[in-house]
Amino acid sequence: MQGQAPIPAVETDSVIAKPWSPSVVGEDALVLSNDSVNLEYRHLVVRCSAVSASAVPGQFFQLLCPHTEGAQPFLRRPMSLYGVNPVRREVEFLYKVAGAGTRGLATLRPGNTIDIMGPLGVGFTLDPKLRHIVAIGRGAGLATLAPLAQAAKANGTKVTAIFSARRPELMVSVDLFKGHGAEVITVTDSESTSGPSNIERLLRGLIAAGRCEAFFTCGSSRLLRVQQRLAREFNIPGQVAMEQQMACGIGLCFCCVRDFNVGGEIVHRRVCWDGPVFDMMEALP
Amino acid sequence: MIDLSVRVGGLTLANPVMPASGTFAEGLDKVMDFNRLGAFVTKTITRELRAGNPLPRVVERAGGLINSIGIPSKGVPYFLEHTLPYYAGHKPPLVVSISAPTAEDFGHLASEMTLPGVAAIEANISCPNIEEDGKAFAMRASSTETVVRHLRAATSLPLWVKLTPNTGDLPEVARAAELAGADALVVANTILAMAIDLDTFKPCLGNIMGGLSGPAIKPIVLRQVYQCARTVKIPVIGCGGISTTEDAVEYMLAGASAVQVGTATFVQPAAMTTIIDGLVKFCERKDITRVADLIGAVVNEESDEPELSWLAPPT
Ligand SMILES: Cc1cc2nc3c(=O)[nH]c(=O)nc-3n(C[C@H](O)[C@H](O)[C@H](O)COP(=O)(O)OP(=O)(O)OC[C@H]3O[C@@H](n4cnc5c(N)ncnc54)[C@H](O)[C@@H]3O)c2cc1C
Ligand SMILES: Cc1cc2nc3c(=O)[nH]c(=O)nc-3n(C[C@H](O)[C@H](O)[C@H](O)COP(=O)(O)O)c2cc1C
Ligand code: FES
Repeated sequence: MQGQAPIPAVETDSVIAKPWSPSVVGEDALVLSNDSVNLEYRHLVVRCSAVSASAVPGQFFQLLCPHTEGAQPFLRRPMSLYGVNPVRREVEFLYKVAGAGTRGLATLRPGNTIDIMGPLGVGFTLDPKLRHIVAIGRGAGLATLAPLAQAAKANGTKVTAIFSARRPELMVSVDLFKGHGAEVITVTDSESTSGPSNIERLLRGLIAAGRCEAFFTCGSSRLLRVQQRLAREFNIPGQVAMEQQMACGIGLCFCCVRDFNVGGEIVHRRVCWDGPVFDMMEALP
Repeated sequence: MIDLSVRVGGLTLANPVMPASGTFAEGLDKVMDFNRLGAFVTKTITRELRAGNPLPRVVERAGGLINSIGIPSKGVPYFLEHTLPYYAGHKPPLVVSISAPTAEDFGHLASEMTLPGVAAIEANISCPNIEEDGKAFAMRASSTETVVRHLRAATSLPLWVKLTPNTGDLPEVARAAELAGADALVVANTILAMAIDLDTFKPCLGNIMGGLSGPAIKPIVLRQVYQCARTVKIPVIGCGGISTTEDAVEYMLAGASAVQVGTATFVQPAAMTTIIDGLVKFCERKDITRVADLIGAVVNEESDEPELSWLAPPT
């Protein structure tokens, strides 16, 4: 069944084997807890390997969600790092039950295992020289911003967080940010405080007070547009964590591309590989 | 020691496991030691710069996914500057997947890719042929023969030809590719498919239709590998829904000389190296010293094609 060989096998001996070790793993992690925090969100804590527990704020994992009776999701689901403890080898996720995959996640009990793959993507860059930053998020975006609070505190950077939600009881991460010494301003749709004009008013106040040397944001294109406008006006840098539907999560399939404006030119980038954290000014809301 | 090496269309591979085009990129080296792979296969490249298809580009269905990624391509200069040097730093031979809109363009690109550092060309002829109303080259024996002749004339490298599972004439297409000078066949690309959203009544993919891959297609493509391997003398590389060692063995028994792993990597990123480890264990358990002994080792007792005539009329 073999064909003729027009050309001999390639020369391989000259290649020097370099030592290799994984920096992304797919592994069975042990569920420590998986409790609901409000009507929509659950908090999952797992014990994992040192590689997984080396994740940094803004990175994410791809979770292989347990199959339930009604649904067998085929692909993994992306979830941002919500918290990490490299010493105890724990990572945390905060997720909203949205569909088949996350419904499966909600069935996990302490002692179960969950197959996690990560850490993935490019996270936030926190310049230790920053004295005061603003973190603005909405919905699941608050989960993505959460680990910034601790990292900023470690750098001695002060954080003002503006959190947006539909109703006050759906707000998440507030205590976590306060616990790390951040000031938290909450705005909601039900109280009519979450509109762009109020956000802009709040931000102008913070900028005037010298409390906004950089923006960190996730979860709302409306909020992103407000920040981009102010960033241009006051020349303030910013970073945004973007979302896009994913399949592989590691740069192989090109299903997660978005358009970015890089120096006036529109370029495609893979959210999972080039991001999910991008320069705020290059993002197209 | 189990001998994992196989000979495939002009190359000797250290083992029979390699990635499927379009499901592999540099980033995977965070997960696995690339030097363990049987070969590298690149995403299909084209001469033109292409953006790829509108989003959404993937949707999952039971046991697989449908993709309409298209072929976003940064063109040849980018390939020469970035992709080629990157893979040159590794042991496995580099197989470059190419595509073009006409038979002549296929030839041009193949000769452009005939370079030191490229070990073989994989011609993805499952793409639309603009000279035949966009019908894929590999749908018919005649268009397959034409494009493979152009390719053969254009390169001295081992020429692998990747076929589409969407034709009813697969054995004829396979024979045409062999006749025209292919050194190996890759069977197969994705199966044309579709999905509709029940909330919006809209197709789930921006491109409406896409290609199904993953475990859902394995039995179909396995049958096609079996048919092709019985039809041609050149090696057949099996590709379709392989996620475990058992899947890989099944394909080899059906006649595949090597296997490509695609969608499985999206679910288990280390699938390829896990399969390689599993092949060693499988051979040990079965007392097989060379993995190549599995190729085409399916045992067919008496029962033969005629018994299937109720399923498909004889051709
Ligand atoms: C990098 C990244 C980080 C994320 N981090 C978090 C997080 O920390 N917490 C959290 O609750 N969610 C997060 N998400 C969104 C989360 O991945 C989706 O909610 C999840 O995949 C839905 O899966 P499902 O099977 O439950 O629902 P599905 O049935 O698949 O979908 C339910 C709904 O969610 C939408 N959806 C599906 N996938 C995505 C996606 N990737 N992004 C946005 N919407 C999607 C669908 O369009 C649909 O409307 C993140 C997404 C990305 C890309
Ligand atoms: C996201 C995605 C992109 C693909 N891109 C290509 C491609 O560029 N060229 C090609 O020849 N095949 C491409 N394929 C097809 C695969 O190489 C393979 O033939 C097919 O997926 C069946 O194998 P699998 O079930 O193991 O995935 C792609 C498949 C997927 C899922
Ligand atoms: S999800 Fe595959 S490239 Fe981003």
